[in-house]
Amino acid sequence: MNDAQEALDIELEVNGERVRRRVEARRSLADFLRLDLGLTGTHLGCEHGACGACTVRVDGAIVRGCLMLAAQADGARVQTIEGLSDAGAISDLQNAFVLHNALQCGYCTPAMLIAAQALLEANPEPTREQIRAFLSGNYCRCTGYQSIVDAVASVAAYRKSSAGPR
Amino acid sequence: MSDELDFEGPASYVGRSVSRPNARRLAEGRGQYVDDVVLPRMLHLAFVRSPYAHARILRIDTSRAAAMPGVRRVATGADIAQICKPYVGVLTHLAGMRSPPQHPLAMEVARWQGEPVVAVAADTRAEAEDACEAVEVEWQELPAALDAERALEPGAAVIHPELGDNLCFRRVLDSGGVDEAFAQAAVVVEDTLHFGRHTGVTLEPRSIIADYNPADESLTAYHSGQSPHMMQAILASRLGLDEHRVRIVCRDVGGSFGIKIHVYGDEMAACALSIMLRRPVKFIADRYESFLSDIHARDHRVRARLAAGRDGRVLALEIDDLTGVGPYSMFPRSSAVECNQVLNLTGGPYRHQQYRATGAVVFQNKNPMSQYRAVGHPIATAVGEHMIDRAAEAIGLDPAEMRRRNLIADDAYPCQSSAGMRFEALSHHACLDKLLALMDYPRLRAEQSALRAQGVYRGIGLASFIEVTNPSPMFYGVGGARIAAQDGCTMRLDASGAIIAATGITEQGQGTETIVAQIAATALGVQMSCVKVLTGDTDKVPYGGGTWASRAAGIGGEAVLQAGLALKKNILQVGARILKTDAAALDIVDGRVVKRGTDHGITLTELARIVYYRGNELPSDFQPELVVTRHYRVKDYPFVFTNGAQGCLVEVDPETGLLRVLKMWCVDDCGRVINPKLVEEQIRGGIVQGLGGALTEHCRYDERGQLLSCTLADYLVPMAGEMPDIQVAHIQTPTRTSLLGAKGAGEAGTGGAPAAVLGAVNDALRPLGARVTSLPITPDVVLAALGKI
Repeated sequence: MNDAQEALDIELEVNGERVRRRVEARRSLADFLRLDLGLTGTHLGCEHGACGACTVRVDGAIVRGCLMLAAQADGARVQTIEGLSDAGAISDLQNAFVLHNALQCGYCTPAMLIAAQALLEANPEPTREQIRAFLSGNYCRCTGYQSIVDAVASVAAYRKSSAGPR
Repeated sequence: MSDELDFEGPASYVGRSVSRPNARRLAEGRGQYVDDVVLPRMLHLAFVRSPYAHARILRIDTSRAAAMPGVRRVATGADIAQICKPYVGVLTHLAGMRSPPQHPLAMEVARWQGEPVVAVAADTRAEAEDACEAVEVEWQELPAALDAERALEPGAAVIHPELGDNLCFRRVLDSGGVDEAFAQAAVVVEDTLHFGRHTGVTLEPRSIIADYNPADESLTAYHSGQSPHMMQAILASRLGLDEHRVRIVCRDVGGSFGIKIHVYGDEMAACALSIMLRRPVKFIADRYESFLSDIHARDHRVRARLAAGRDGRVLALEIDDLTGVGPYSMFPRSSAVECNQVLNLTGGPYRHQQYRATGAVVFQNKNPMSQYRAVGHPIATAVGEHMIDRAAEAIGLDPAEMRRRNLIADDAYPCQSSAGMRFEALSHHACLDKLLALMDYPRLRAEQSALRAQGVYRGIGLASFIEVTNPSPMFYGVGGARIAAQDGCTMRLDASGAIIAATGITEQGQGTETIVAQIAATALGVQMSCVKVLTGDTDKVPYGGGTWASRAAGIGGEAVLQAGLALKKNILQVGARILKTDAAALDIVDGRVVKRGTDHGITLTELARIVYYRGNELPSDFQPELVVTRHYRVKDYPFVFTNGAQGCLVEVDPETGLLRVLKMWCVDDCGRVINPKLVEEQIRGGIVQGLGGALTEHCRYDERGQLLSCTLADYLVPMAGEMPDIQVAHIQTPTRTSLLGAKGAGEAGTGGAPAAVLGAVNDALRPLGARVTSLPITPDVVLAALGKI
C-alpha cells in the first residue's frame, strides 16, 4: 500500500447531516460524495478542474470537488445540489432554468446552479457580461449559454423586486 | 381524423414554447446517468492504451497486474477476441469503400495513440488504474502515416498492408459541362481551405455498464447512447447472443452530438468481460480517454474553384475534398459519410448547373474520425460560402446581393441541385431577407465603415445553408447497416385516464420527450400533463433508429402523431357506445369525450374505468382497443432538406490576431415548429458548437502522432464569457412528406456557423489585404494571414 491508499478517518457535515467515514487519502471530495454517500447530483466532467461540473459548496465557498481531497473536507460543511434543492435554497434559480430552458442534457446544470447562486450572493445585480464572466468556469456543451444568462438575469431581477427574505 | 387537426388553434400544444417536464429532475441533480447506476458485484474497467501512433506489440506481460489488490481479470486483445467478433465499418452503397476488420482491443499492431490494448477489471476504478500501471507491454514503434495529404504518396507508411495503400474511399461527381463553363467565365476564383480536427466533448463521457446474466444468456447494457436498437443488434451479433435477449437502456444522456452513435472497442470489451466474468462491468471514460478515443471530426483539405459571369451569376463550381479518418472506418456508420456529404452539399443553396466534386478518404495513424453533429455540413457550407464571397469580391458585388442573384428561387421547388440533391420546398430568399432585416444589415455596414476609419476592424459574414434532415433508408439501411430509418410509437390510454407514449426516438436533452408529449396531447385533445413518455429502453419501446441526423422530431414525431390520431379514433368508438351516438359526432376536448358543439360527455378517466373494470357496461359484440402502435418512414425523398441563413459580426485585432464574435443571427426553416423555445435552443447550442470548431477547438498532433490537446486546459471549449448573444427567428415551410410537417433543426446551427464566422473574419481583414483559409481561426492563423508571423 502506498501513501495515497492509506486510510484516514474524517467527519464532516454534508447537507446538514453529520457524516463519518474512513477514506483513502487519494479519494477526491467528488468521488467521496458520489461513491461513498451516493450523492450523484455532483458530476465529473474532466477531473482536472476545468469544466466545473463537480462544483459544490464547502463552508460556503464554491470549490471543484475533483480538485479537493475528501480528507481536506474533514470538519467542513459541504452542500451539494441535493441539499440545496431539498432546502429550497435555489428554487427560484431552478424555476428560471426550467422556464428559460437553460439546460438540455442536465449534466452541467447542478454545478451551474451552484455557481449562479454564488454569483448572486456576491453580486445581486450582475450585468449580462458579469454573468457570462463568472459562469465561464462552468462549461455547458448544449445550450450555447444565452438561456443560462437569461435565467440568471431574470432571478437577479426577481430577487430585487421581491424585497425581503425569499 | 386529420382534417380535425388544428395546429394553430388554442388547444394545440404544437407551436407553443412549453417548458420541458423532465428538466426539473435534472435541475435538482436527480438525473440518472450511467455512472450513477451501481449494480451488485459490479466491476470497473480501465485500459492500457497505445502510447504510440503506430507500433507492433512484441510482448504483453500481465502477471504483475493480475496479482494486484482488487484485480479480477486482465484481458488482452486475444482474450477479448475469443468472445467478441471483429467488425468492419463499410457501407456497401458507398461503392469501393474498404476498411479492414477491427477488434475491440489492438491485436498485433496498435494503429493510433490511445487505441485500447489491455483491459483491467477490478473492484474499483482506482484499483483498475493502479493495475494498468503494472501491465508490461514491449513495443516496436513503426513508421506512422499522419498527414492526410501525404498518406497516398509512394513511400508513405501503409497502415494495412493487405489493402496495398491508405485509400479508404474515393468518389467523383460530375455534371458534365464544368470545363466549358470555366472556359467561358468572366471571373474565376480559387482557394484551398483547411479544416482542423475537433471533437464532441460530451460533458458526460462515454459510459456503459454491461450486465451479462448467464442463467438466461441475457445481456443488459446501461449505455450513454443515441441509438439503442442499433446497439442491441450490434452487441447481439458481435457477442453471439440472441438479439431479443440483449436489452439496451439509455436513461439520462449527458450530451452526445454524434459522439455516442459509434461502436467503441473499450465499450465492446466491457461487454465481453461481463460475459467472461459473469457479472456487471462498468466502463466510464475519463476526459483523457475521451480525447484519445471519442471520434474526432472534420480534418479536411478542400480545393475549390468557382466560375461566374460578370453579372455575378455562378456558372460552375468545382471542389476536391481530402479527408483523413484515422486507421479504421468507424463501425457501423463508416467514416466516409462526411466526405460524401461534403460532395453532396457544397454549393447546394445555389442554382448553378455545373458541378464537379472529387473526394478521397484516407487512412492515417490518428484517432478515428467519423460523424459528429452536422456531418459534412460545416465543411460544405464554409467552402461554398467562402467561394461565393470570393466571387462577390472579384466582381465588386455586396455579399448579400451576390447571394440574392444565385440562391434558388423560393417558387422553384421541387427541384434538384447540381449535385443531384432533391429539394421538396426551401425558402432561401425569405430566410436571407429576414436575416438581413434582423441584422439591420445597412446599418451594420455603415457602422463598419465608420469604425474602420477609427482603426477598428469589424467584419460581417453571411451564410446560406441547407441541412439534411429526416433521412430515409437511403442513408444507412441501403448500405447494409442495421440502423432503422423508420420509427414507431406505441400509445395507450391507461386505466387512470393517463396517456402513455413509448417511442423509439431518444432524449439527450433536446426535448424529445417534451415534443412527444406535445404532439400526443394535441392529437388526442388532452392536457400535456396527462401524457407520460417512455424512451431509451429496447424492452419497452417500438423498434426505431433513435436520435441523430436531425430525425427525431420529423420521423419520430410523425409516428407519435399517427399513433395519437389512431388512439383517438379507438377512444371515440368506445365513447360512441357509452354515449349511445355515432363516433363521428364525438370529439375529445380537454380530456373529455364530448358531443361536438356541446358540453355533454364523459372524461377519459371515466371512459377508461368502464373499459378496464366495468366492461359489462359495454355491448358484448364490442371489444375496445386502447393501445395502438404506428410507424413512419420517409418515403418520397431520400432526405427532407431544410435551409436557413446565418449572420455573424466579429471584431478582429490585427495586432494580436485575437477576434471576438460580437453577435450571431440565424433564421432557420425547419418546417412546422413544434416548440419554438426548444428549436431556438438547438440553434443556439449548435451555433456555439460550430463557433468552437471554427475558432478554438483543435485536436493537435505532433510529428510523431502524439495528441497534444488531451485536457480541457489545452483543448478550448467555448465558455460563456467569449460567446455572443444569438438572435434566432423562424420561417416555416412544413414538409408535405408528413402530416406533422416537421423537419429537423438539431444541426443547422453547427452546419452554418463556421461559414458565417469565416466570412466575417475575412470581411474584417479585407482592407488589410489578408485572407484566412484555415480553421480553427486561432490568433496565429490571423497573424500568419497578415504576414506578421
